[in-house]
Amino acid sequence: MSLLGEMNLKAEALGIPLNVHIDVTYRCNERCVHCYLDHDDKGEMSTQEIKDILNQLAEAGVFFLVFSGGEVFMRRDFLELVEYARKLLFNVKVKTNGVMIHEAEAQRLRELGVEQVQLSVYSHRPEIHDAITKLPGSFKRTVDSIKFLKSQGLKVALSNVLMTVNQQDERGTRALARQLGVSYTLDPTVTPKIDGDTSILNLRVDAENLDELFADDELVGGSEEYCRPPAPVDEDVMEGYSCSAGHSSCYISPYGDVFPCVQFPLPTGNVRRQKFTDIWYQSPQMNEVRSIKVKDLTVCSSCSHAGSCTRCPGLAYMEGSMRGPSSTDCHKSYHRTGIPSANMLRKAAMTPTRPLVQILPAMA
Amino acid sequence: MNEGLMAETYIARSTAIAARVLGGEMMIMSAADSTFFTLNEVATVIWQAADGRTPLSEIVERRICEEFEITPDVAQHDAEEFVNELSQHGILLVSDQPILDSKAGTR
Repeated sequence: MSLLGEMNLKAEALGIPLNVHIDVTYRCNERCVHCYLDHDDKGEMSTQEIKDILNQLAEAGVFFLVFSGGEVFMRRDFLELVEYARKLLFNVKVKTNGVMIHEAEAQRLRELGVEQVQLSVYSHRPEIHDAITKLPGSFKRTVDSIKFLKSQGLKVALSNVLMTVNQQDERGTRALARQLGVSYTLDPTVTPKIDGDTSILNLRVDAENLDELFADDELVGGSEEYCRPPAPVDEDVMEGYSCSAGHSSCYISPYGDVFPCVQFPLPTGNVRRQKFTDIWYQSPQMNEVRSIKVKDLTVCSSCSHAGSCTRCPGLAYMEGSMRGPSSTDCHKSYHRTGIPSANMLRKAAMTPTRPLVQILPAMA
Repeated sequence: MNEGLMAETYIARSTAIAARVLGGEMMIMSAADSTFFTLNEVATVIWQAADGRTPLSEIVERRICEEFEITPDVAQHDAEEFVNELSQHGILLVSDQPILDSKAGTR
């Protein structure tokens, strides 16, 4: 195990929130078709409020800090917040669409010692990217900003979300990342909107595309091992949990609400009214999340994928229960290995099967 | 070599790092090359004392030898090795003069 992995385990064992993701705003200059946020400002935290929280996070032991949004540069104080965070010696990553990053901003991010800047690019074709962001010219501006950031020597990652509207461009987008000399991440997860609207889920790619992705050595780092059938489930698996949300990581919204993860909309408290550590250590919801082990999961505890599934408790929560299955991850496990999950088998068994022709015996 | 003629070594924490104490152990990551370090208790004391103004020999004498009951020769040797390694990754700044513009801090 890597040193970093060991530190994560140590943080989990000690109950230290090693990783925090803060959205500093939900405002955005793009209107991406798959975005789960609304973009109104409903009273986001002030500069001082965020600085106060950063002080609390440093005291609580947070090391990895992700600034995201919305678009972070919609806040005029964003670089001031990064500067403050770096003075507190956080490892800072920034997620942005990059359209407001020019040479000066790139230089400042480098001077501040930001660890990585992650930019969303959905296609190598400007017309497809711009159609997804609904901001004309956004592809050029984002690619230009990647070049500014690279020229400063910053580590840059290109982040793509695989959807029905860009799946045909995945390889081209990956090639663009190579050409730009930046790392590449691909996520096939489209989540319901924050208000519960599930209409954007029709952007999720179909199963055949997942099969293709999982067989791609470059993407998964060795498809043979990645697609191997799951190892037998043992006691260690049953006593463990599948995700660090609430264990060593959490999410803070622009309004100060604290959740186990950006993808886990279970309210646990608000840093405008409570101390962060009070929420982290004493919130009943946070403690409930932490109490759930694989053996407590209603369906997944009997699943052969229990030890290798990427089960997201947040998606499970949005599906109905944080102890239940996350169907998205069931399908990933199935398409990765060809072995259906316990949840899929259960659903299949519950689906009534009727004979095509029903013959009733003649009444005597 | 006559140690009396040797210049003092001053060390200061670089600001181009991320650092935090986790369970009594200092984690440090270099922003320059993402190298990740954890420091043991003795190294953490040296790191926290690296203010750019206190000579390394004084840090060793006052903080290491006294607190950890290590002989001065061993402590000085280990400290120099540690400083050398971290300075190669840009995590510690080293000079034979006080480093006055260090803005480093830690928690």
